[in-house]
Amino acid sequence: MTAHSPPPPAPPIGLLVELTHRCPLGCLYCSNPLALERPGAELDGETWKRVFSQAAALGALHVHLSGGEPTARRDIVDLTRHASQSGLYTNLITSGIGVNEKLTQELVEAGLDHAQLSFQGADKETNDRLGHYKGSWERKRAFAAHVIKAGLPLTINAVIHRANLHQVAAFIDLAVELGARRLEVAHTQYYGWALANRAALMPPKKQVDESIAIVEAARVRLKGELVIDMVVPDYYARYPKPCAGGWGRVAINVSPSGKALPCHAAESIPGLEFWNVRDHSLSDIWLSNPAFKAFRGTEWMREPCRSCERREIDWGGCRCQALALTGDARNADPACHKSPDHERIVATAMAESESGDGVLRWRSYKEKVEA
Amino acid sequence: MDELKEIHAESRPHLPRGVRLKRDEARGRWTLLAPERIFEVDDTAATVLELCDGQRDLAQIVAELAARYTAPPAVIEKDVLAMLADLKAKRVLET
Repeated sequence: MTAHSPPPPAPPIGLLVELTHRCPLGCLYCSNPLALERPGAELDGETWKRVFSQAAALGALHVHLSGGEPTARRDIVDLTRHASQSGLYTNLITSGIGVNEKLTQELVEAGLDHAQLSFQGADKETNDRLGHYKGSWERKRAFAAHVIKAGLPLTINAVIHRANLHQVAAFIDLAVELGARRLEVAHTQYYGWALANRAALMPPKKQVDESIAIVEAARVRLKGELVIDMVVPDYYARYPKPCAGGWGRVAINVSPSGKALPCHAAESIPGLEFWNVRDHSLSDIWLSNPAFKAFRGTEWMREPCRSCERREIDWGGCRCQALALTGDARNADPACHKSPDHERIVATAMAESESGDGVLRWRSYKEKVEA
Repeated sequence: MDELKEIHAESRPHLPRGVRLKRDEARGRWTLLAPERIFEVDDTAATVLELCDGQRDLAQIVAELAARYTAPPAVIEKDVLAMLADLKAKRVLET
């Protein structure tokens, strides 16, 4: 065989660590898998520190300290300090619950570079209902104030769906009021919990278009004051989003128990074996784990992706979504208008956006189903 | 809003908290690390940003660069102003 092997992949840019799946909130669209990992399975602090050092050596620039709620880890300050000392830009992705002024100060002193705070709604009632946690509104606002007082840049993250899409303008006002430098208006991505709750979350197309117009107008009005990033909803899009910037191309996720994943939902794809950071170095995983190679680049593609002029822009879209909606992870992401399944999923989205809310599955270890 | 007008000779440009100039050894380049963003900066821009320490004002920065590159200060100032205004609009530079 003289088949040339592909050149080694460029190093990852970002490392997203789900330090724990413990979380006080119960969001319907949580990006964690339906099968949450138990606290007893979590990596110890020394292993996480080793992973941070390896990531920096491999060429990663950002580390996103996420969860669950990452501050549920008692060693969060120690972990943040090590990540920062490794040379990584440290970003805390938090609900803000349980992070008081003292802990915020300690994180800042440990080298934290940035905090991203979620809001589930732009007013108290909506926020507390959708986060499934009474009193979270006040706690989140208090955390935002601690961050600003400490001089750290703050991003507000608002995941948007049918129940709060009418609040886009209010989310923008909230971000400005809290002193955030950046706002993410992220339409829900329908994997995992969000897919299970899709009928309750899917917005009507007209409302989506209105929300996009509101954001675009605000970007002009707030230029130089607030950066607004928007994740548009897949199902109504013309092109798919590149899965995590392309499978195994820019990012590594690590689950609480140490499984290294090309994206947070990758375990939904059967037949892939994900190596654990307990047993393998990140470099070894990035370069050699077959699961990271499975959909890397364009060789795996079928039509319409294979000959598509956007194949190295979209990278075929999301593999998990292709699997969930077409039954085969190698198909084009049906969010793409070129997919033979596209019209069917748009019709599904439109029907669900007008149907009742159905049964809600609030994120939890022991799922409580509410009619 | 015209950011160009906001930066003047006495401005002391600096990177805000949460933005870091970092040599990216793995890729052999300079980068500006910001929340959820990475800006690739060329060597010249990195030289300018190293001078943006919040101590030097724009006039001093321009004078140092003009001496270093033996270029007319007016030309340097125009380029530096454009670069700083762009970074300021992206909220990765303060003056």
